[in-house]
Amino acid sequence: MRIADLSRFSTRALTGYPLRTSLMLLAMAIGVSSVVVLTALGEGARRYVAGQFTSLGTHLLIVLPGRSETTGGPPPMMGETPRDLTVEDALALKRSSAVYKVAPIMVGSAPVSHKGLEREVTIIGSTPEMYEIRDLAMAQGKFLGPGDVLRAEALCVVGHKVKSELFGNESPLGRFVRIGERRFRIIGVMAKKGQSLGLDMSDVVVIPVASAEALFNRSSLFRILVRARDRDAIGRAKQAITDIIQSRHDGEDDVTVITQDALLATFDRIFTALTLAVGGIAAISLLVAGILIMNVMLIAVSQRTSEIGLLKALGAPGPQILRLFLTESALLSLVGAAGGLVLSFGGCLLIRRIFPEFPVSAPSWSPVAAVGVALASGLIFGVLPARKAARLDPVAALSRR
Amino acid sequence: MKTIRLEKIRRIFQVGDETVHALHGVTLDISKSEYIAIMGPSGSGKSTLLNILGLLDRPDAGLYQLENVDTTELSDLQQAEVRRHKIGFVFQFFHLIPRLTAAENVELPLILAGVDPKQRKQRVTATLEGLGLADRARHRPDQLSGGQRQRVAIARATIMKPAMILADEPTGNLDRVSGNDVVKTIEALNQQGMTVVMVTHDPELGQRARRMIQMADGQITSDSGGPA
Repeated sequence: MRIADLSRFSTRALTGYPLRTSLMLLAMAIGVSSVVVLTALGEGARRYVAGQFTSLGTHLLIVLPGRSETTGGPPPMMGETPRDLTVEDALALKRSSAVYKVAPIMVGSAPVSHKGLEREVTIIGSTPEMYEIRDLAMAQGKFLGPGDVLRAEALCVVGHKVKSELFGNESPLGRFVRIGERRFRIIGVMAKKGQSLGLDMSDVVVIPVASAEALFNRSSLFRILVRARDRDAIGRAKQAITDIIQSRHDGEDDVTVITQDALLATFDRIFTALTLAVGGIAAISLLVAGILIMNVMLIAVSQRTSEIGLLKALGAPGPQILRLFLTESALLSLVGAAGGLVLSFGGCLLIRRIFPEFPVSAPSWSPVAAVGVALASGLIFGVLPARKAARLDPVAALSRR
Repeated sequence: MKTIRLEKIRRIFQVGDETVHALHGVTLDISKSEYIAIMGPSGSGKSTLLNILGLLDRPDAGLYQLENVDTTELSDLQQAEVRRHKIGFVFQFFHLIPRLTAAENVELPLILAGVDPKQRKQRVTATLEGLGLADRARHRPDQLSGGQRQRVAIARATIMKPAMILADEPTGNLDRVSGNDVVKTIEALNQQGMTVVMVTHDPELGQRARRMIQMADGQITSDSGGPA
C-alpha cells in the first residue's frame, strides 16, 4: 500500500467522524500550545532577568564585604570581625591596569524633604564614575562632577520619581533639599531607566560618597562596583581586586568578588531549569491527550470491526491494518499539534500585546519538542488499539453487521 | 483440471463447555470454472467451509490444496497474499465501507495491493461499466439500492481478477428481482471462467448451479457433481 493511499484512507476514516475527531484534535492542540506558551513564558522571564543584568553595565564586577565560607568547629578564642570595605579600599583598586572604573557604593535610607513635603528615600553615596559603570542617563542637569571624592560636597542628583514627588512639574535644578539633617543642592535629575537589580533607580538620591559617610556616620561601603577594561580583563581584574584588598586587610581574604557573567550564568541556569520544569508539567497534558487518542481509537476499532474484517478478506495482512490505525493516531496527533502551534503563536502574540516589556518568545526547542512528544504519545498510545485491530479474527469480525 | 482439493478437513469450535464439530472430515475437489452451490440447514457447516476455502479460517486437521499449494503451510502474510490475488468475497450484508463512494469501495483491493493510481482509475471505471454501474460511481452506499450495493460488492470482489468467487448468501438480503439481477451477474462471471462457490438457503437458487452440494452436521451428504 502506498504512503499517499495510506494517509488518504486514514484521513477519510477520521473525517468520517467529524465531532470525535475535532474534539480529539482540540485536546492535542491544547496540550501542545500549553507546552509552547509556558516555555515561552519561562524563556521570557530568563531574558527579562538577563536584560536586567546587562542594564547594570557591561564588564561589571561587584565586590561585597565578607566571604561566603563555612567556618565553625570550636568557637574561636578571638572574635572574627570581617573588615569593612572602605572608600580607600575602592580607590586603591584603581592601581590595577585591568580596572577601568571604580565606584564605591554606600547605601542608606533617609528622609528627603522640600517645602514641607517629605519622603523616605534610598540614599546612594558614590563617585562620578558610577555614572558610566551603571550606564545611567540624565534627564536634566548633570551627574556628580569630578573632584576630590573625599570632600563632602553638599550636592545631589535625584531620581525621576523623587523629583516628581517633591517638585511636581517644576525644575529642581539649583534648589535645595534637606536630607536628614543636612541641606543638599540638586544638580541633576536622572532619566527614567526602570528597575535594575531590584533597585528602582528613579526613587533614589545620589550624593558624594564622603557626604554619605558624614550623613550616616559610618565608613563601611555596601559594595564596590568595578568595571574591567574589557571583557578579557575581567579575570585579571578579579584577581587584582582580591590581591589588593587582601594586602590592605592584613593578608585576610575577606571579600567576595562576583562577576556579572557568573551572576548571569547562575540566573540563566535557574530560569532554564524553571522553563524545563514548566514545560515538563505541560507535557503531562500531552500524555493525557495521548491516552484520549487511545480511547478514541479503541472506540473506532470496535465501531469498525466489520470494516477490519472486510480489509482482511480483501487481502490486507495484520501489519497493514496495524499501519492503517497507527497512521490515524499519528494524523490525529500531528494535525492537533499543528493546530496547537498556531494557537500558541496567537497566545504569545496576545501576551506580547498585553505586556510589551516582557520578552515572551518560545525557545526554539520547545515547539519541536512539543510536536515530538505529541507524535510519540499518539503513536505509543495508538499501538494498543492498532494491535487490537490487526489481531481481529476476520470470521468473527465479518459476522457482525 | 482440479484447482482445489480438500481432504478430510476438520474444524472444531469450543462454545462454552461444548465442542462443536463444524466440519467433520470434508473431502471435496473443485475444478476450474465450476459453478457450485452449497446448501444445507443452519449449523451444517457450509459457512465454515466457505471461510476455510477463502483462507479466512484455518482447519484444525486435513489438507487444503489451492493450485497445488498446501495452504495450511502458508504464513498469515502469504495467506493474505493469496486472498488478495486469487479469491473474491461476496457477503450477505455487502460490507461496503459507508464513508467511501462506490468507485472508492471498488478501488480498495487495488489500493491494498499497491497498484499504480492511474491504472487503478482505468480498472475501476472498466469494472463498474461492465456491471452497468458507471452512473453510480460517485454515490455512497446509503444512496444505492440493495441490488446496486451487492453489484458494487461484486465489482470489488472481481477487480483483482481472482480465480474464485466465494459468495455467502449473496441474495439473502435482497428482494427477488434484485436478487435475480445479482445471481445473473455472478453467473456471467462464471461464464467468463471464474470458479463460483455460493452458499445459499434458497433451493431455487441452488438448482441453477451446475453442481449442488448438500451439507448436514459438518459433512457432505450429497454432491451432484461428485468427485470426478
